[in-house]
Order: sequence, then structure tokens, then C-alpha cells
Amino acid sequence: MELTLAHYLILSAVIFALGMTGVLIRKNLIVMFMSLELMLNAVNINLAAFSNYLQDMTGQIFIVFVMAVAAAEAAVGLALIISLFRNKQTINAEELNIMRG
Amino acid sequence: MMAQVAFYILAVLAVVSALGVITRENPVHSALWMLLTFFSVAGIFVQLGAEFVAAIQVLVYAGAILVLYLFVVMLLNPRAGGFIRMPAKYIIGSAVSIVVFFQIAITVWSSGIFKNGTIGPLPYAEGMNNVRAYGNVLFTKYLVPFEIASLLLLVAMIGAIVIARKD
Repeated sequence: MELTLAHYLILSAVIFALGMTGVLIRKNLIVMFMSLELMLNAVNINLAAFSNYLQDMTGQIFIVFVMAVAAAEAAVGLALIISLFRNKQTINAEELNIMRG
Repeated sequence: MMAQVAFYILAVLAVVSALGVITRENPVHSALWMLLTFFSVAGIFVQLGAEFVAAIQVLVYAGAILVLYLFVVMLLNPRAGGFIRMPAKYIIGSAVSIVVFFQIAITVWSSGIFKNGTIGPLPYAEGMNNVRAYGNVLFTKYLVPFEIASLLLLVAMIGAIVIARKD
């Protein structure tokens, strides 16, 4: 069976779903952030696959922009987590219920 | 044949290590599993003819972002590593993502374009390669977004310093 676009799209869907599960079932904020990175990686696979399929470099260009956004998000998010831990002594998502969420 | 074998090995590695990320209790173990995911995804990029992006994936994700995560994990040393306590939420969370997966999968499989879309090496003109073609597009057509991305990173850097600073 030859490799088609669908192979890569399904792989990226699996990784995306796993990342989404991680965000939903974990209570450690850092691991939730890691799962978010997994989802972004799944999107990157999609972009690369379509870039190959359409024979166009644009998809690969966008991967680098997604990576830049991921890096910015990781930096700001982890700074927020550090600030949160300093004030609350916890990064457990279940204990952070001051807004009754 | 080689391409299929490589793809399936990389795909299994990526999925297993992604499972490792979301199932390990210790955040450090999660981070190390994520390293394997990043390398597998870099392999997938190589297979898709995106060598430059694969190199950037290893340098930026595995080299910079992952180290940042490990730093924060070891700085905070959090004990709350586990899963949410309520099994009902656990089941709902997994069910929601399974539904999302099947939505995407059905969309892909019901579309003939995706199913018959071929994956192969990109054709380059004489004397061109992936990095050169990439640079040609990035620094001409996408120059302004590139500069804006640098601005975004500057803002993120300043923001991270301001937020995490002790006052």
C-alpha cells in the first residue's frame, strides 16, 4: 500500500487527539502545556503533508510561524505558571478554583 | 517499500511517545517522552521532504522549548503530577477527544482527494534544494510575517520576564 496524504492526516489526527486527551485529563498545568505542544506538532505534520501534496513551500513556511508562536506561548505560559506557583504554592488545576471554575 | 516501513516506524514511535507524555505521572518522564515525539515528528518531516523544518524542529522544540519545560519542572518540583481525580471527567475527556479524532478521520477517509493524494519528493529546479527554495520564499513573499514573528518573540520575551519577575 502506497503512502498517501491520508496516512499523514490520520497520524496527525491521532497525535492531536492524544494531546487533547492530555489537556482534558491531566491536572498538572505543566503537563497540560506539554499536551498543547503535542497538538501544535500534529498541526505541523498536517502543514508539511499538504505542502508536499500541493508541491508548494508555503506549508513549510507556516510551520516555522507555528513554531515561533509555540515558543512564545511556552515562554509566557511557563512564566505564568512560575508566578502562579509563587503565589499559590500549587500548579494543580483542580486546586486553582478561586474563580469557582 | 522503504518509505512505508520508515513511515510506520516513525508513526508508531510518535504515537507511543505521545501516549507516554499524557500517561506518565512524573512530569520529567512526560518531558522525556515528548523528546521522543519531537524526534519522530522530525523524521516525518524528513520523509515529507521538509529537511529544513526537521532541523528546526530538533533545534527549537527539542533544544529550546523542551529544556524550558524541564527547567520549570525542576524549578517548581511539583508533587501534583497525576490525573484529575474524578473518573467521570476522565471518561468524558477521553470520549470527547475520541469523537474529535473520528470526525477528522471520517472527513479524511470520505474525501477522495486525501485518499488518492500522493506523497513524494518535491521537484526542485537545477541547483535548488529544500533550504534554498525555503529561503527564497521566506525572505521574499513572507518577509513581513517573518519580521512580525520576530516582534512576537520579542514581546513574549519581555512579557515572560515581567510576569515571572519577583516584585
